[in-house]
Amino acid sequence: MENTTLLEMRSIDKSFPGVHALQNVDFTLRSGEIHALMGENGAGKSTLIKVLTGVYSKDQGVINLDGRFDVKIHSPQDAQNLGISTVYQEITLCPNLTVAENMYIGRGKKPITNWRKMNSDADKILRKLDIPARATQQLGTCSIAVQQMVAIARAVDMDCKVLILDEPTSSLDEQEVEKLFGLMRDLKATGVGIIFVTHFLDQVYEVCDRITVLRDGQLVGEYEIKDLPRVQLVSKMLGKEMDDLSDIKSDQDAYLGEDADEPVYEATQLWSDAGIKPFDFHIRKGEVNGFTGLLGSGRSESVRAIFGADRVLGGIVRMHGRQVHIRGPKDAMKNGIAYLPEDRKIDGIIGDLSVRENIILALQVMKGFFKPFTKAQAYAFADEYIKKLNIKTASADTPVKSLSGGNQQKVILARWLLMHPEYLILDEPTRGIDVGTKIDIQKLVLELAKDGMSITFISSETDEMLRTCSRLIVMRDRKVVGELSGEDLTQSMIMSTIAGGE
Amino acid sequence: MKKAIALTMASVVALSLAGCSSKETTKATTAAATTAAPTTTQAETTEASKETEATKTESSGLIKVGIINNDPNESGYRTANDADLKAMFTKENGYDASFAYSLKNDEQIQAAQTFIQNEVDYLLLSAADTAGWDTVLQDAQAAGVKVILFDRTIDADPSLYEASIVSDMKKEGQTAVDWLASQNLTEYNVIHIQGVMGSAAQQGRSGALDTKANAESNWTIVKQQTAEWNAEKAQQIVQSVIDSGASFNVIYAENDDMAKGAVAALDAAGISHGVGKDVIVMGFDCNKWALEELLAKNWNYDGQCNPFQASYIDSIIKDLEAGKAPAEKTIIMEEKGFDASTITQDDVNKYGIG
Amino acid sequence: MNKSLLKKITSNQLFIPLLALFLLAIINLIVDPSFFKVTLGTNNEGNPVLSGYLITILDYGSELAILAIGMTLVTSASGGQDISVGATIAITGSAMLRVLCGSNTRPEQLAAPIIVAFLVACIVGMLCGAFNGALVSIFKIQPMIATLILFTAGRSIAAWINNNELPIVPDPKFKYFGGFIPGIPIPTTVFIVIICVIVTALILKFTNLGLYTQSVGINEKSSRLNGINPTMIKMLAFIFLGLCVAVASLIKVSRLATINYSVIAKDIEMDAILAVALGGNSLSGGKFNIWASVLGAYIIQFLTTTLYKFNVQSDALAAYKAVVVILLVVFSAPKVRESLSRLKTKKALKAVNKGETK
Repeated sequence: MENTTLLEMRSIDKSFPGVHALQNVDFTLRSGEIHALMGENGAGKSTLIKVLTGVYSKDQGVINLDGRFDVKIHSPQDAQNLGISTVYQEITLCPNLTVAENMYIGRGKKPITNWRKMNSDADKILRKLDIPARATQQLGTCSIAVQQMVAIARAVDMDCKVLILDEPTSSLDEQEVEKLFGLMRDLKATGVGIIFVTHFLDQVYEVCDRITVLRDGQLVGEYEIKDLPRVQLVSKMLGKEMDDLSDIKSDQDAYLGEDADEPVYEATQLWSDAGIKPFDFHIRKGEVNGFTGLLGSGRSESVRAIFGADRVLGGIVRMHGRQVHIRGPKDAMKNGIAYLPEDRKIDGIIGDLSVRENIILALQVMKGFFKPFTKAQAYAFADEYIKKLNIKTASADTPVKSLSGGNQQKVILARWLLMHPEYLILDEPTRGIDVGTKIDIQKLVLELAKDGMSITFISSETDEMLRTCSRLIVMRDRKVVGELSGEDLTQSMIMSTIAGGE
Repeated sequence: MKKAIALTMASVVALSLAGCSSKETTKATTAAATTAAPTTTQAETTEASKETEATKTESSGLIKVGIINNDPNESGYRTANDADLKAMFTKENGYDASFAYSLKNDEQIQAAQTFIQNEVDYLLLSAADTAGWDTVLQDAQAAGVKVILFDRTIDADPSLYEASIVSDMKKEGQTAVDWLASQNLTEYNVIHIQGVMGSAAQQGRSGALDTKANAESNWTIVKQQTAEWNAEKAQQIVQSVIDSGASFNVIYAENDDMAKGAVAALDAAGISHGVGKDVIVMGFDCNKWALEELLAKNWNYDGQCNPFQASYIDSIIKDLEAGKAPAEKTIIMEEKGFDASTITQDDVNKYGIG
Repeated sequence: MNKSLLKKITSNQLFIPLLALFLLAIINLIVDPSFFKVTLGTNNEGNPVLSGYLITILDYGSELAILAIGMTLVTSASGGQDISVGATIAITGSAMLRVLCGSNTRPEQLAAPIIVAFLVACIVGMLCGAFNGALVSIFKIQPMIATLILFTAGRSIAAWINNNELPIVPDPKFKYFGGFIPGIPIPTTVFIVIICVIVTALILKFTNLGLYTQSVGINEKSSRLNGINPTMIKMLAFIFLGLCVAVASLIKVSRLATINYSVIAKDIEMDAILAVALGGNSLSGGKFNIWASVLGAYIIQFLTTTLYKFNVQSDALAAYKAVVVILLVVFSAPKVRESLSRLKTKKALKAVNKGETK
């Protein structure tokens, strides 16, 4: 059963105003394989998948599915009927319905629903996949990870031939990822073809059989996993040979010794209404440190408390030894603190506004309501940072929402850098963005620190933090449980501190 | 089977919701009445009714009346009408009166039901709409509540009410058109600004003019539009005729507000109006300010629509209490038409409302 | 090249309102070219005045244009609309009358200078706006629901301010605001709108109101994290609209020197919302273009005047406006726009193919 072609996409072409998103792209999926679709943001992965699922209509090209020539897919419903199911990175379910309703919504052909049967069926699947949720539970009360798994369960239950997983792991912790991989292998054994889109290279090499690489809307090639070592994959995605990963390593020593005497920022017994326990924290000039811990351990909530993003309930905060009151984001900004939030769509970008307006926003707020920048000033700022951070945008007037994820992140980064903060907090700046941008951001963090900026860096990829941070604050169950630096900064020490075993 | 049960349950829930919402409406009605007329509140009404329930057995000297009227803010006419009723139905005159106001028929019907439940002796009604009153009036009859209509008639069997005191809108229109004909113009080019279409006043006042314009060759309706009793709309309508360049020499507005709006448009365009001027201006309702315009000879004619029905109602109630049925079921009030060339300050003081 | 130019034009926010204006103008031009005639005459005070349909549109569209400015801001910031503007006009107008006439309904002279009455009206309007704004921004009530309160109670409050009386302002100077100033043949309302537009333009230029309002409307959470106070911005938008209402009520009261509380500015809120939509602004908030809304307001008045001219019964006007709304919604729907552009591409392709075969 291996190696029978399940899905063929030939010469797919798709244009949007101003962008040729896909140019003559081929893609082949065999039954019983897990096929990674790789590429930087903007390479055309999302577009290809949206064409396959009927969200976009293709301009040219042919799709053959399961022996049927040139199938017509005009809507997600068509795709579903053909056995193509998708689980997206963002949860696309309804949080106010129950788990079971979410699994069966829009699927019943009968006008009347048998609720009890639906619930018991749902429970059966949830048990089988070992998903910690009840059928009658409201979906919104589940964690994001569980919601994601419910979405997969929904797809699995629809007897799909082709399962598309579009970055399903970006909000899952390691255990959950393992569970998902187990599930993927099971499905593979039953002959389902799985298209797996992810930014985590480790995961690709853990579960996938083949890789198709796209770059700038064009096909780079299709490879067997064993024929393509990591470094080559990265270089194919970026379109150049590079050794950046090792470059970073050597940079690290540059700032390690600088341990200025007085902390730039110091908090004692700080806590907020987001449910974290009071914690102590400080950062020195030119230091890069980080909060680590499992999902939900309170690492984001801690930095939000520092920035005043949640309601601060207590604690003493000092900047350069002088006590300050930070009650809200604006107070923090006035004290030279900048915060790049975890969820760039919800907390970061102002989607409909232009790149220019998004970049100047924070500095503009600092400058004051009655002192707007002139157009010329705003353009100068925007152009400066578009160049500096290599933001790929048609112009400074382009709405930021039409940029790719990595470039949106750079825009928000530009917004805060423009403010020239003393202390920069980056919460998951590399999440859901391409390898090239990830490396750019890590390098930038180290450069900024060398220039004297204090930076707190949070990432769910531990190796990124090990590469950049000189000190790690470890959290568990919304509490600080340890601090690692110097020799202790190893993967295994982090693990054992998180796990809590002595 | 379960599905069927689920369906039934759903419909039961839906029905009970509907039930709730209708109760809500009743509350809303009374709330509207409260805000509309700060002097009479529902609290007062219910208190009053409780009071009478208590006193009825002890000393029932007062005649209990429930009065349902239109919103007094609707027009100067209505304000005067309401004030007249309030002045008549007082404790001093031997009445215990409760008031309810609404421009909506269904809210009025609800108010009527409330009054019937509160066991009023007389229900005085100025209906917002002519239809839909049979059931509630039958209820009233069954409960021994006597109904007297004022100001507006309804489409119901005359046996359901004791008397109806109304203005004859047709007669008002006829009086006005007769006056206009008596001006002996060689040509009548009329801008006809109508009230809310379908209302009794509009139908009556439009009817006479339409008939005349159809019958006479030298009468032309240049423009016939409804301004819905609204001065601003009337102003725009007349402005539109002026802009089109059509010639006209009469403005026949079915109330004073609309006549005022029309005159504002004439003023802006430099068209003279009033006694001996280019355009004849006619209005209705005899607002005091309108009669003053007549006195100043800026307008030519104003038709009365008598809002003072309280004394008529009072005498009918007195007769009924004495066991006498009213001689006529429908009592038409006396109404005048004022000519700018003959009106006096006394007329303004006596007949001007507001 | 032509294709991209065409696309640029059709995707511009002003495209739909300008197209609507153009269509209306064409229809009128075909049916009756004299529609566009403007003549100079004198009014009954002996002052020179311009008249004609175009002047009428400019004159009577003024209140709507002013309200559209505020409504655009409220829509942008809150993602909802204020449906109480008509009732609030009754309140501010009534307050103005009360100050001008005192407790006397037929005063011989003004009880207070016009400017004082206007300022009082402005304060009352801003208070009403603050009331709505507080409900929306602090208590997080849907704007339409929040403003339903004043929508329902406003006209009764207006009547209560003047004890149910309808005072008439005696001073002829007061009529200048809704009419003509002696010696100037252009309606004063036109100047009032121009002043409002200039003031708004200056505010947008010299403050960050536009940027903050749009930010809050697009992404409230994100705006807060950038140091913007969304509560304050929403309040400001509603207070600004309150001010617009006060100015509009000055014109309304001035037109007839009095008002009728129950019918003044009736249903104007729907026209104001329609103006915002007609200007191509999203009714769910975010990006806005105030000038497009103002244009939208005049288009509505253009339509109204045209319909009056064609003798359409005025109680049927709402139905015609509904047709406009439907067309508008359909044409601005992404689906229709996409298929339209596809149609254009196909035609262009066909043309190219033809050229090739020849």
